[in-house]
Amino acid sequence: MRVFKLITKNTGRHLLRTLLTVLGLSIAVIAFIIIRTTVDAWYAGAEASSPNRLVTRHAVSLTFDLPLAYKEKIMKVDGVKDVSQGNWFAGQYIDDKNFFAQFAINHTNYLDIYPEILVPEDQMERFYKEKNGAIVGQGLIDRFGWTLGNKIQLTGTIYPGNWDFTIVGIYTGAKEVTDENTFFFRWDYLDEKMREDMPGRAGRVGWFIVEIKDPTQAAVISEKVDAFFKNSQNETLTETEEAFNLSFVSMGSSIVTGLNIVSFMVIGIILLVLGNTMAMTARERVSEYAVLKTLGFRPGHLVGLIFGESLMIAILGGIMGILLTIPIASVVKIALSAFFPIYTISPLTIVLASSMTILVGLLAAIFPTLKAVRTKIVDGLRIID
Amino acid sequence: MNNSLVKIENVSKSYWRDKLEIPVLRNIDLIIPEGGFVSLMGPSGSGKTTLLNLIAGIDRPSAGKVSVNNEEVSSLSEGELAKWRSRNIGFIFQFYNLMPVLTAFENVELPLLLTKMSKSERRKQVETALSIVGLQDRMSHYPNQLSGGQEQRVAIARAVVSDPNLLLADEPTGDLDKQSAEDVMELLSQLNKEFNKTIIMVTHDPRAAEHAKIKHTLDKGELEKA
Repeated sequence: MRVFKLITKNTGRHLLRTLLTVLGLSIAVIAFIIIRTTVDAWYAGAEASSPNRLVTRHAVSLTFDLPLAYKEKIMKVDGVKDVSQGNWFAGQYIDDKNFFAQFAINHTNYLDIYPEILVPEDQMERFYKEKNGAIVGQGLIDRFGWTLGNKIQLTGTIYPGNWDFTIVGIYTGAKEVTDENTFFFRWDYLDEKMREDMPGRAGRVGWFIVEIKDPTQAAVISEKVDAFFKNSQNETLTETEEAFNLSFVSMGSSIVTGLNIVSFMVIGIILLVLGNTMAMTARERVSEYAVLKTLGFRPGHLVGLIFGESLMIAILGGIMGILLTIPIASVVKIALSAFFPIYTISPLTIVLASSMTILVGLLAAIFPTLKAVRTKIVDGLRIID
Repeated sequence: MNNSLVKIENVSKSYWRDKLEIPVLRNIDLIIPEGGFVSLMGPSGSGKTTLLNLIAGIDRPSAGKVSVNNEEVSSLSEGELAKWRSRNIGFIFQFYNLMPVLTAFENVELPLLLTKMSKSERRKQVETALSIVGLQDRMSHYPNQLSGGQEQRVAIARAVVSDPNLLLADEPTGDLDKQSAEDVMELLSQLNKEFNKTIIMVTHDPRAAEHAKIKHTLDKGELEKA
């Protein structure tokens, strides 16, 4: 196929320019994929939510806690299967760079409500037995090089003092979207120490996790739970786990919007880079296009040549960008693991990046093609003479 | 040699610069017989190339008719003209205008890509054209690996490969040294005599014009009798 060969040879004609354009495109594709993946990571917590779980927290803010006594009342609401509780600990491991989520949980049933968190039976047994035992995600094990039996000390920020833990279990996620970077320890360990040191803070809960029998009843149950505590000193706000997680995302919604805008600006930059290359190319070849037309080549042939070359450069840049993103994303994943426990390039992002690349290839060729097609043969030939 | 191949009837051509009309050709009447070898001479700006372009159908007259082989070229649409050119015209340029990224073989093959010929038929035709111009041993050379004379011979092979009746040459020796120019003119004469190709050649070079059987001169857009 000579025409394809001509496209290929034309693409390699100004090798340095083509290579720089391909490199520019691939960097833009990498930036696009990384930004989109970061936005996805932002929403990953919400995606990992289960429709059978509700979260009950203080109506004013998550920073206010609730009395443990609410638990029994919530259990009595129709449609509630189980209730457990958790507290945000915010301890510091060695220094503040080593951030990871730490939850004090009711060891008897919290993890039962999260079947996607997989812990070996014998390790759960140890967790039940050892009050300062901790179950940590595989991600943290990999990040800090911990093993079972390691002693870990956290310095409390919300709950003052040094807190000693023993790793008694390692969990893995049943789903790809399951966060494997959380540190779970026993709520009674926290409560016991509070009872000793700061009795006013004992018996307090950050949130209740409510397992319901029928997800379609989530709204009704939420209303009933909140109605229970209406006009009390600690009014509650109950919502689905997904809505609860999305409320965190919405706190950074302007950042997400900004990232989305930047990701599409990157596409605009790609378009300018390739458009400039194609415009230069077409300008340099005006006389050649005139010769081809003189030989009998029709505008359709020129369209094929210019679009073919533009698409070839765009596709090369796209492929190179996508291939390079894989190792780069794994580095980014490690660097951002404290903030984005789930950082995976989705197939949709790859499809989006590929489609954008092809679209850019097509758009970049439009103007040079119009110019080449519209230039009269005599004007094109005059450039030589 | 007696049938007319090209018939130019009362053709005028003007260009417009803003509102100023610049006449290039005035009331040209010319008949070129089949198998003829015609030279068009004249000073720069006399309208030689414009007349050649009108015959090739790459420009349109402001008035009058251009017919080639009894087909009125000036009335064809752009698409029809492209198809017509690929079948009827071989064009030879002053600066050869070969595709620098294609080999001699691939350059000569270009016009055949517009036909329905098979790959093997194309190969045979290209090899024949290159052997006529004496470059069968340079098939895989790129233009920058050839001398000017060789490049022009490749361009001539490209012009004849689809076997058109009419060859239009615009200053074919204008960029060549004396010996190469002579070789190219010998080749054109051979194509005229042995293959009965009708040739219309624009040239400044009186030595090149000597090879033509009929000589015309253009001056200020008007045809002078040879």
